[in-house]
Parts: sequence; structure tokens; C-alpha cells
Amino acid sequence: MSDVQTRLVAVVKRDCPTCAMVVPVLRQIAGSQPLTIYTQDDPDFPPEMGPVDDSGLEFSWKNKIETVPTLVRLEGSRETDRAIGWHRGEWESVSGVAGLGSELPEMRPGCGSMSVEPQRASALRAQFGSDILGARRVELDAEDDFEAMWDRGWSDGLPLVPPTEQRVLDMLDGTRRRPDEIVAVVPPALAECSVEKVAINAVMAGCKPEYLPVVLAAVEAACTDAFNMHGLLCTTMPAGPVLIVNGPIRRRIGMSSGINVFGQGNRANLTIGRALQLVVRNVGGGKPGEIDRATHGNPGKLSFCFAEDEEGSPFEPLATSRGLPPLSDAITLFPGEGPRCVVDQISRDPESLARSFAVNLRTVHHPKLVLVFDAILAIGPEHARIFREAGWDRARLTERLHELLQIPGEELMRGADGIAEGVPGDLAGARLPKFGANGILIVHCGGGAGLFSTIIGGWAGGDIGSRPVTQPIEP
Amino acid sequence: MKRYILDPTNETTPSRRARLERLETLSGVTVGLLDISKPRGDLFLDRLQERLEEKGASVRRYRKPTFTKPAPVDLRQQVAVECGAVIEALAD
Repeated sequence: MSDVQTRLVAVVKRDCPTCAMVVPVLRQIAGSQPLTIYTQDDPDFPPEMGPVDDSGLEFSWKNKIETVPTLVRLEGSRETDRAIGWHRGEWESVSGVAGLGSELPEMRPGCGSMSVEPQRASALRAQFGSDILGARRVELDAEDDFEAMWDRGWSDGLPLVPPTEQRVLDMLDGTRRRPDEIVAVVPPALAECSVEKVAINAVMAGCKPEYLPVVLAAVEAACTDAFNMHGLLCTTMPAGPVLIVNGPIRRRIGMSSGINVFGQGNRANLTIGRALQLVVRNVGGGKPGEIDRATHGNPGKLSFCFAEDEEGSPFEPLATSRGLPPLSDAITLFPGEGPRCVVDQISRDPESLARSFAVNLRTVHHPKLVLVFDAILAIGPEHARIFREAGWDRARLTERLHELLQIPGEELMRGADGIAEGVPGDLAGARLPKFGANGILIVHCGGGAGLFSTIIGGWAGGDIGSRPVTQPIEP
Repeated sequence: MKRYILDPTNETTPSRRARLERLETLSGVTVGLLDISKPRGDLFLDRLQERLEEKGASVRRYRKPTFTKPAPVDLRQQVAVECGAVIEALAD
């Protein structure tokens, strides 16, 4: 015969009618078996049974109690059986006591355990179950939380949300990926960056957990050799990562692709881009004045992230045009400067409007410099309508823009137009393209009225600098 | 009241290494000139090469594929193995 001690544990709360109903049953069991009762809301319930106060919910949390009453049989410290709610047969089986609650109904469902109430569960997990976190815990005492983060150099200049264990654990619920999985090696320090570190920075940026998969994909894309975050960070030019999101996830997490798309007001847009920049700052160690040598920078280096308006677009989504299957959740990173408006309120045919775009695109960084910089052309809905009504798709518009941007060499040469800057060499008789073959990225976004589009100039393109990278967003 | 937040950094500390002793002479030393591929860096390095060779150094020239990325590991190793000193040219 085993000498392991068998004992029974019941978890109850006064507020639960089923718990109140089973009090006679608990007395019946306690008459013949060692029984410990944990009570969640009232330390005197059930009366005269000497319950253990579990109002801190530690026992309930650690034993994964989801419903009260729950009756558990323990042999030593090992759980061997459990009855959930009231069910006479199950309670008799777990307790080994026959004839329980003969005056009660055969069964009655229990109530939710207080330990799984949504507003309590995440705090309990942080308090009792945070062994999945590996990051160093920073103790704050007399310091103000916000000033403490500022003083440690973690801020981009705006206040940060304190990354408490509870908030970081909640953030990690946003992905199926393990907290210790390495997402990327982040420049300039070339530091390995885990899902957890991304989550911490996403909390600080103000992200909601459902944004985390987008932030993770952005970090992965930024740290590819093709995108070259190292160079983009170091450059004296004003570019930074511009993030464009495609796929159903845009709507699911409430991103903006409409009115004021590049401006203020949308939490997802603003915090996802900010989270990437905070990862580069805090994990990669890339800070302005140190490795970041931008002469002017641009306000988008705080955050520059938006969704494409796929539903209203005459074109296939950007990510689809870049090789991903339709309806893919994806993020495209582009090394871009600040946005600049193209006004054309008169053109009503696609050829005229394409010409307007071309003369403006030619000015990216300098009208006399070619084949160095890419560009995003973000077409507003009222301009897009003109292409839709004329039956122009993305390929046709792109091709026409490239044709219109073949520039006579005489206009580009150094000294031409009295301007020393320009392309070196004798280019008389030559024609040079402003952009490389894949150098114009067309997206559809913006909302409401306005015959406007926007150009976002790039940075050194191709092998010498950065290529746009499109990365699938994984849950 | 004590509160805890989680460290958002990579939690590493840079290792400190002492600089190498300054060379007492360039005579007989192989000096690497690393062109980072910025425009006109070659003009600057050509002139440096002349001056170094006047002082008895022998010069080897190297070039990064692009100024926007760190030098490849193989190139760094090659410079370290072949040279007693290196000068990296930033230009524009």
C-alpha cells in the first residue's frame, strides 16, 4: 500500500451560487477526508470550515483553476484528478466518498474563477508566472518612471510607456513566436534581438499586442543585407525606414490608409514605425549624433508607417506587385525621406497626370542626378480615379513614367543650367533614366477630397545602398 | 514603492581594448589604404600613397564594395594579416 498522502482541495468563492450550493457536500467530504478549501473572495466562506484565504489568487493561478467550485485530488504534491463545477458522479469519483449531496441536482455548472477574469489574469501572470521572460529587470524606486527611462537613454525624445512585466507578457500574446526566438541581428551593434526585446520596445512605443507581428516583420526586413539598416542609419542624408503594410491585417489592427495617412491620429501607424526605430536605438545602439549622422534627418524617423488602401485602389496591392500572393499580410520597407505633395487639379486624363508625376519625380534629391535614388509615388484616391476610369493598371503607369523620365544628357551634365552639380562626363546625345528598372514604387493611399499625390524620395538605391524589402507578416 | 521594468537594450557591455603602440617609423612598414568607395576617395589616397612611399613605406590598396556597409570580414582579415598600419579614407 502506498504511503503517499492523499488529500483533497476545493476552490470556491462566495459569489458563486454553485459554490454556495455545494457547502453541505464540502462538510460531508471533510467528515471523512482531509480537505483544504481555498476561497477567492470571502475568507469566511464557507463558514466554520477554516478556509484558506486565496484572495491574492496565487493558489488559483498556479493550479490553473478556471471554474469554481473545483475539487482536486492530490497524491503528495501531484494532482491525480479534478472535478469542475458540480457533478455528483465526478465529485464522488474524485473524493472517493459515495452518496454526496443526495438532495442536490445531479449537476450544475460552476462560475468563472476570479483568477481568469481578463482584468486580473495578466497581472497574475506577471506576478506569478513570468518565468518565460529573460530580460534584465530594472528596479525603480524613488525615480519617476518616465524620467527614469529618459535618463537611461531609451527614449526617442517622446515619453515611453513603461515596459512592465505585465505589459510585456500581454504584448507577447500578440504572436505565436517564442519570446527567446532570435528575430534579427540589429545594427550597428550587430546584437541578436529576441522576440521579447522587440516586445519590450513595442510596449515602450505604445503598441497594442495585435501590432506585434507587424513590428517583428519590420525588424526582420530592416535587418536584411538588402535593406541595409546599418547604412541607412549612418547616412548623412535624411532618409529612414518607411513602412507600408498590405493585407487583411491592416483592417484587423485598425491601421489608417485614408485621410491624413502620413499624419497624426492613428495609433497603429504611429507606434509600429516607432517600435522599429526604438529597436534600432535600444537593441542596435543606433543613436543620432553617434552612429546616426543625418545632417537634417526628417520627422518620419520617429515613425513613418502606413497602410495601402487596397480596397479603393485601381492597382494590385504593392506587396502583390512585389511577388507575394494576393491577400498576403506583408510589410514593405523603403528607405525614404519625408513626403512631398504633387498638386495637379487640372489633369483629367492619365497621360497628362503621368506627365505631372514625371516632372515632379525628376526632382527627387536633384533634377540633375539620376540612377541613384528610388522613390515612392503615393497616389491619392482622386488621382487614382483618373487611372481607373482610363483602364491604366500599375504596370502601364509605371512603364509610362519610366518613358517620361528618360532625360537628355545635356540637361544632366555638370555645369548645365549654370549648376555645377550633375552627372560627370560628356553626355551629349545620350538619354539617361532618372530611376532604375524597379525604382518607382506606386502605392494607393490617402482619403477624402484632393487632387493630390505624394512623392517620398529614396536613399542610395541598389547594391551600393538599400533595396526595398517586402516581408510576409507571420502570426 | 519598488517597481520593475524590463531592459529594452541588448544588455551587452562594449569590451575595451588598448590601442596598439604607435609605429616608430614607416620605413619598411606595409601600410594599407582602404578606399570606402566614396567619390574621389581615390584622389586622396593616391596622394597619401605618394607621401608614404617617400617615407619608405610600402603601400597596399584595398576597397570596400560600398561605403554604406561595414567592410566584409574577409577584407578586414586580409588587411590585418597583410599590413602593419591602415588608413581608411572618407571622402566626397
